[in-house]
Formats: sequence, C-alpha cells, structure tokens
Amino acid sequence: MSAALIVTRRMIDHPADSHRIDVYEDTGGYVQARRAVGMTRDELVDTVKASGLLGRGGAAFSAGLKWSFLAPARPAYLVINADESEPGTFKDRQLLERDPHQMVEGIIITAIANEVHHAFIYIRGEYPKSARRVQAAVDEAYACGYLGSGIFGSDHDLEVTIHLGGGAYICGEETALINSLEGKRGEPRLKPPYFPAAKGLYMLPTIVNNVETVSNLPHILDMGAEEYGKVAHETDTGTFLFSVSGHVNGPGNYELAHGITWRELIYEVAGGIRDDRKLKAWIPGGASAPWFVPAQHLDLEITKEATEGAGSMLGSGAVIVMDETTCTVRAAERLVRFFAHESCGQCTPCREGTTWMEMILRRIEEGQGREVDLDLLLDVSDGISIGLAWPPKMTTICPLGPSAVSPVIALRDYFRDEVMEHVRLGRCPLGTAARGASNSETDIDRPEVLAVETRRERGSGGRPPGEGSPA
Amino acid sequence: MSIWSEETQVRAKEIISRYPEKRSAVMPLLYLAMAEDGYLTDEGMEEVALWVGITPAQVRSVASFYTMYKREKTGRYLVSCCTSISCMLLGGDDILHAVEDESGVPHGETDDEGLLSVEHVECIGACGGAPAVQVNYELIEGVTSEKARDLVNWLRSARPEVVNTDEMQELFGGVRSFDWAVSEVDGAIGPYPAFQPLGTVGTEVGE
Repeated sequence: MSAALIVTRRMIDHPADSHRIDVYEDTGGYVQARRAVGMTRDELVDTVKASGLLGRGGAAFSAGLKWSFLAPARPAYLVINADESEPGTFKDRQLLERDPHQMVEGIIITAIANEVHHAFIYIRGEYPKSARRVQAAVDEAYACGYLGSGIFGSDHDLEVTIHLGGGAYICGEETALINSLEGKRGEPRLKPPYFPAAKGLYMLPTIVNNVETVSNLPHILDMGAEEYGKVAHETDTGTFLFSVSGHVNGPGNYELAHGITWRELIYEVAGGIRDDRKLKAWIPGGASAPWFVPAQHLDLEITKEATEGAGSMLGSGAVIVMDETTCTVRAAERLVRFFAHESCGQCTPCREGTTWMEMILRRIEEGQGREVDLDLLLDVSDGISIGLAWPPKMTTICPLGPSAVSPVIALRDYFRDEVMEHVRLGRCPLGTAARGASNSETDIDRPEVLAVETRRERGSGGRPPGEGSPA
Repeated sequence: MSIWSEETQVRAKEIISRYPEKRSAVMPLLYLAMAEDGYLTDEGMEEVALWVGITPAQVRSVASFYTMYKREKTGRYLVSCCTSISCMLLGGDDILHAVEDESGVPHGETDDEGLLSVEHVECIGACGGAPAVQVNYELIEGVTSEKARDLVNWLRSARPEVVNTDEMQELFGGVRSFDWAVSEVDGAIGPYPAFQPLGTVGTEVGE
C-alpha cells in the first residue's frame, strides 16, 4: 500500500545506522544541499511552491507560500518545530532519531532559500534521545563544513542551535515557540500583528517549519517538483506520516500518500482491531481533531479535502483508534484533561472552560453526573468555540481552547446515549470508571462548585435547572 | 561570585554564546541549575537571573510555566507514567497505579530517602508503544503492570548511576513505536534531560 517511500526509505533500507553521516552520504545525502548553495532564492521558493508541499505540523499550509511571505528585513531566522506533543503523534521522533541528517539537509536548503544564517531546532524536553541524535548529526555536519562559516565552500554561513523545551504542549504553537525561544513563558502571541514571517524571533522575520516538512526538501530537489508532485492524491502532494495508535494490532508510523480509505488504513495497514473486536470510533488527526465513527466515515477517502468536508482534519497525522470496550466519556475526559493541563492561561474561555469541562466529564464518568450535564458541557464548550462549528470560531488567541471541544462534539453527535446511561446508572456502563490520575486539584463534590455551576445555568437562561439548583 | 562549579560556569558561557540574545539561554540554564542542585532551588533561579540579566521574578515566571523544571526536591529517579489518551486506552492508568503501589509513592511525590519520585504525565510521544514510562526522561515502551513493579524494585536495588533507555527497554519494555535501531551507552544522571550541551549525559561504566 506504500507505493513510494520518501522520508522513511533510508531508515528501512539501513535499519542499524541510517542516522550516521557516512550512511547518509552513501545514499545520496547532502547532494541537494550542495546544489542548493548555487541556486537563487526565487528558484528554490518556486520549486517548493510547485511541488505543492504542505506543512506537516498540523495546519497543512503551503510550505513554499510560507517562505514567500518572509519579510525582507534581515537577519531572518529559521526555527524547526520539533516540539511534537499532540497526543497520538510520534512521527517526528522517528525522523529525529533515525534520519537526523535528512532534516539537517532540509534545514540547509531552507536557510539558503531564505537567506537565513542562524537556525534553531526546538526539540521537546521529553525527547532527550532525539536531541542527542540530532546533536551528533549537527556536530558531524559542522565537522564536514556543511554547517558553520562558508558552508560547502560558499560564502553562506549557517549556525545551528539545538534548544530543549521544558514540557509544554503549547510551545508547538509557532508564536508560543518563539516566546519560549526568547526565554519567556510559552504563551502564544496575537496574530496579527505577530506573524512570524514579519515579526518573529526577536521581532525579526522568522520561518517556523515542522521536522517532517523540511525532511521532504532534499527529495523535492532530487526528484524535481514535478515528479514529487506526482506522488499524490490530487492536491495533497508527497507522502504523509500517519502515527497509528490505540486498539490496533499494528500500531506504528506509516508513510503513505493520501487517497486510501480509513477502512484500508485501520484494517489493512494497521492490521485491524485487536482481538477482532468492533471499531467504535477513531480520531483522524491528533487529539485536537473531531472524531470519526465507522457508520459514517469508514469508507471516506483520506484526503485533506474529504476529511475537512466531513468536519474534521488530518492535523498532525495521529490516528487514535478506539474499540468497542472504550468508554467514550472516559476517553473524552482524558483528552479534555490534556487541554486543561496544557492551557497557557492567557485567555479566559480556554483557561476556565477546559477546567470546567474536565470536572464535568469526570463527574459523569464517576457516576455523579446529572441529566443536565451534557447540555452544561455543550454550553461551556460554546463559550470557548462559538456555535461548536468546524473549523472553530475563535474566542482565544490560539486554537488550543477550541481543540478541547472536539471530544465533546463527538459525545453530542455519536455517544449521547452512552453519556445518559452513565447518568441513569450512576456509574460507567462499561465498567471502566476513570480511576486515573487527575491534573485538577478541585474536588467535584464540593458544594460551592455546584453552586457556581448553577449560577452559570441560570445566567445562560432557557435551560431546565439541574438537580443541584439552589433552593 | 557564582554559586556554580567552574565546569557549570564554562557550560553556561558556552550556552549563552549560542544565542543572539542572552535571555534565550534561560531554559538551558535552568536545566544547568537543576543539575547543580538536583532540583531547581531559589538560589539556582537567582543565579540564572544574574547570568542572563533579568530579575529572579522573571526567571521564576518562566520556570513555573514548564512542567520539567522541578521546583521541589525531586528523587534521583523520576518515574513518569503516561496516562494520556493512547496510553490510557492500553492500560496506562494501571501502570501508574502499579508504580504507586510498589513504590509506596503517590504521583506528584517523592519518597523519604529522596530516591524515587513518581508523576503522571501527558503524552510523551510513545503512543505506538503504549503504555509508556520514562525514568529521568529515558523511555521504556510497551510496559506491563508486572514489569512496572519490577522497574521500581530494580531502581531501588540496582541504583544505576546512569539510566539507560536501551537497557531499561530490554529489561522492562515490550512493543515499541518503531525500531530503535542501534543501542547506545549514554543515559541520564539525574531527574532532568540527558543532553550533552547541558553536561547531563552519563556513559555506562564498563562499556
């Protein structure tokens, strides 16, 4: 099913040592970076534009277009976003550990195309092994004269600094990442005016590209934009790494062109559901993406357009599969807990809303839910993402808050009965009551918490009062 | 007069030289401060402030934003159990409870001896090898409850100087997200990431 492997070819052909520079160079490595040194900015930007390369970090924006927006002021910076932390995603870790030179070559090409002389690789703090592998690769490249002053004997200088994160998901958002790199709290900046291409790192023009995105660049130059563009399903050119996890027989990263169906991905590529159980739902593009269910989406083609048309997104390529034993309330609680924990706290709808959502979901899962709780949950969600539309209407600086709403939309659309069953029985009908750890210190039984909720209910008007309504 | 060792001061200078503006070195210097004292002390944060030319309050505001800067005494071995979605689906909660039960240390706390800290963490990017655990940020994938208990006992009895991901994967792991390829002798020497510019990489004795 994988007709053309592009970014994982070398690690499959050289399972033991694809991360070493001698193997990399023996398999065509650094040839394209050397070529790029002799090319102009226009040639390189046009080639990448023509290839149709879309950013692989989650937003799927044209990489060539992103480059072309770079403001003329100099110095300009390149930041590689290796802060992979969207739950379900582990593709960049494989690229960093198994083929770091491929990314370094992509960095060199990007730096030449954009007249950049200092690149930063922002690697999440929980990936020290990845950072060690990348540091070794960068050191090798420096020793060979591929990085440093006068790379490949040209007059282009390029310094690379590896920066380790501190354990904050939000730093994967590009403006938060820039704040973090400036030695500040990783809080996203307002766009406009702080588009990185104009006012990025140190308020200078900055390109932020994902690991997988730049890892494709040597291959685009090698194959040519036209050939690369042929590895495609319509406009989604090239291959995409899918991180498949959850209740499948064959979890892992799979490099695929778009165009196969979800049924093929889950049942053929990933080996089907464990113990031949029934598929209940899956998340098609990381924790932030609205869920899909078999009755409606299994035969849908995996393309950007079809996924967005069905109200979700391919995001970071993380496919999280849940079988029939999964309690969807518990799964939703776990996802919302993540966003509540990772909210940077700048915007009230996200900071307060995600915390409330987590508490309400846990209450339902633990058998203390009330008839009105699903509506209450939707009301709080509506406060973060008005109208619960997809793509979300923003009430916040960045998309983290609206992302937390995705699992709640799934409960409303597909699992309402399961939620109400929790309330009716006073326990989880699947017998998997959330015994897990909680990030929130708040005790859901506290009477003042109920009082706050009922005030909210009264304030929002028109809805029947819950059991906890004040006397 | 710096409170840091000569070696750490040399590293701090090197790190600062790698950034166009020295404030950018706050995060790596906070890790240096942790490596000096075992966790992030008030004195450590004040020292970082002096090095980068901002106030201690500004340093604290940065440190408190990120989960990996431990501002309370942390054990020599920090055991982090992932309970995010993909690990939860495959029993991550059971792993956490097994670690808590075997060690007697509830998540978020450290034992009296200062040897083990236990925490539950959000996604650590090991979803294909769920459930996953890290010790001092060195990864073990495909852990079972039984193996998690073994891990706790091993840390308590063997007390490795260097925590090595390949060794732990071999002893306590199972399914991996992807083939890790060649094994390495480097590992972590404390509850902070093992990365050479920070001087926090140890090499296993006898290799």
